[in-house]
Amino acid sequence: METVISFSNVTKYFGTTHALDPITLSIRKGEFVSLVGPSGCGKSTVLRLGSGLIEASSGSVARSSDNIGYIFQEPTLMPWRTVEQNVRFLGELDGMSREESKRRTSEVLALVGLEEFRKHYPLALSGGMMMRTSIARSLLLDPELFLFDEPFGALDQISRARLNAELTGLFADRRFAALFVTHSVDEAVFLATRLLVMSKRPGRIVAQFEIPYSFPRDPSIKYEPEFAVLAGQVAAALAEAS
Amino acid sequence: MSEAPILNPQETEESVGRVRSVLRVAVPPTLVFLVIVLIWYGITFFVLEPDRRFLLPPPHGLVQEGILDLQTLAEIGGGLYRTTTVSLLGLAIAFALGFSMALVMSQAKWIERSLYPWAVVCQTVPILAIVPLLGFWFGFGLMSRVIVCVIIALFPIVINSLTGLQSVEPKLHDLLTLHKANRWTRAFRLQVPAARPLIFTGLRTSAGLSVIGAIVGDFFFGRGQPGLGILLDRYSRRLKSEELLTAVIAACLLGVVVFWIFGVIGRRAVGHWDPSWADERQKQ
Repeated sequence: METVISFSNVTKYFGTTHALDPITLSIRKGEFVSLVGPSGCGKSTVLRLGSGLIEASSGSVARSSDNIGYIFQEPTLMPWRTVEQNVRFLGELDGMSREESKRRTSEVLALVGLEEFRKHYPLALSGGMMMRTSIARSLLLDPELFLFDEPFGALDQISRARLNAELTGLFADRRFAALFVTHSVDEAVFLATRLLVMSKRPGRIVAQFEIPYSFPRDPSIKYEPEFAVLAGQVAAALAEAS
Repeated sequence: MSEAPILNPQETEESVGRVRSVLRVAVPPTLVFLVIVLIWYGITFFVLEPDRRFLLPPPHGLVQEGILDLQTLAEIGGGLYRTTTVSLLGLAIAFALGFSMALVMSQAKWIERSLYPWAVVCQTVPILAIVPLLGFWFGFGLMSRVIVCVIIALFPIVINSLTGLQSVEPKLHDLLTLHKANRWTRAFRLQVPAARPLIFTGLRTSAGLSVIGAIVGDFFFGRGQPGLGILLDRYSRRLKSEELLTAVIAACLLGVVVFWIFGVIGRRAVGHWDPSWADERQKQ
């Protein structure tokens, strides 16, 4: 499968703060890479570098396409737009035709289960529904690369588990490339095909795990012994890195 | 969710709710009004000796002299109309000017730093001190009165619009950056829509100030057909206390009505998505 994004020897300094040690990492289409690490280790910096929002201090980032879906920590919706208007927004920016935007909007709203709420304003939505809207907005342009910056951290446990499972469904369907940053070992193992552990600042990748489960994944796998063993290994690596 | 087959019960409930909420809003201030009228009568008849009663004539005197007397009513009505025109004209100019300033200031820090102090000067200038200068430069007619309104109404519009334009979530800016939006798109698809609640807040504040500006301007530039300011001056010189108080109340009412109208416009425009402008009933 083709490589969608690759970091080669990427470092980052903010002023005199050494945020990232050289990082080398590539993600192919159909790979879901989770990135865990202690707070402040530069996980989000990796995403910002990957998206091109910031430039590397040295090394290079190469992407096969500029069509990126960036899911932020917060839903980052426009409160003055309804759910469907929010979803349509990126299509408007990219000059998508009216009919196509309409068709795609219905499609992605169905994918995230929000058809009923298309006319609602974000004000009236729960945190989980806002996050779904945010994901639907990114899906509109069918990106080849998804960057997730700890998107479910603010949700309650039940919504979080459900959205995790739904995300594995989306991934099974679309087979994009994904880089998913999170604090939660469970979530990281559950979602990933490959899991990377970062050290504390200056961040670098200190451990890597292959996760064998097929997609879509059922939440019940979290209670299987193999899952627990994997999660335990990741947690140990993370503890060592902190 | 299925549609309710019979809509009437809901509608009735809705309208009962509306009546209740109107009552909740209207009754307390009405009670205060009645108390004020009572105190007023008390002062007129029990505090003031008969020969000093002209200082505060009883409320029914106001109704007789100020409202039932058609000539006075026409005079005050005309003044009210002219003052309203001046203040709305001033407000419109202040909005066009203030919003443009804020928009330009929001585009670059150096522009903001260059213009901000002058917006503050506008706010702090003692308006009474420069009124004679304005008359000197622009004559004592409509123009000067409108300029007073503009000066007085400008600052809240600039400051609120600017704060609104800068209030956009940084991540939304990132989203537009990722999709290579240009400055124009960023301003008109993101910043201006996001700023609307605060723009309406500024407009509402400035609308009230603009009424004050129109009356102050009128007071000084007493040429041509009289606005409320001129009438206030005239009535007080002639010791026509009933007419004077009626004109004062008309001026207050104008301020209240303008504030209320801009409140309604704001709620209609952004109340469905902005919590600070949301309908009172939705807040509860």
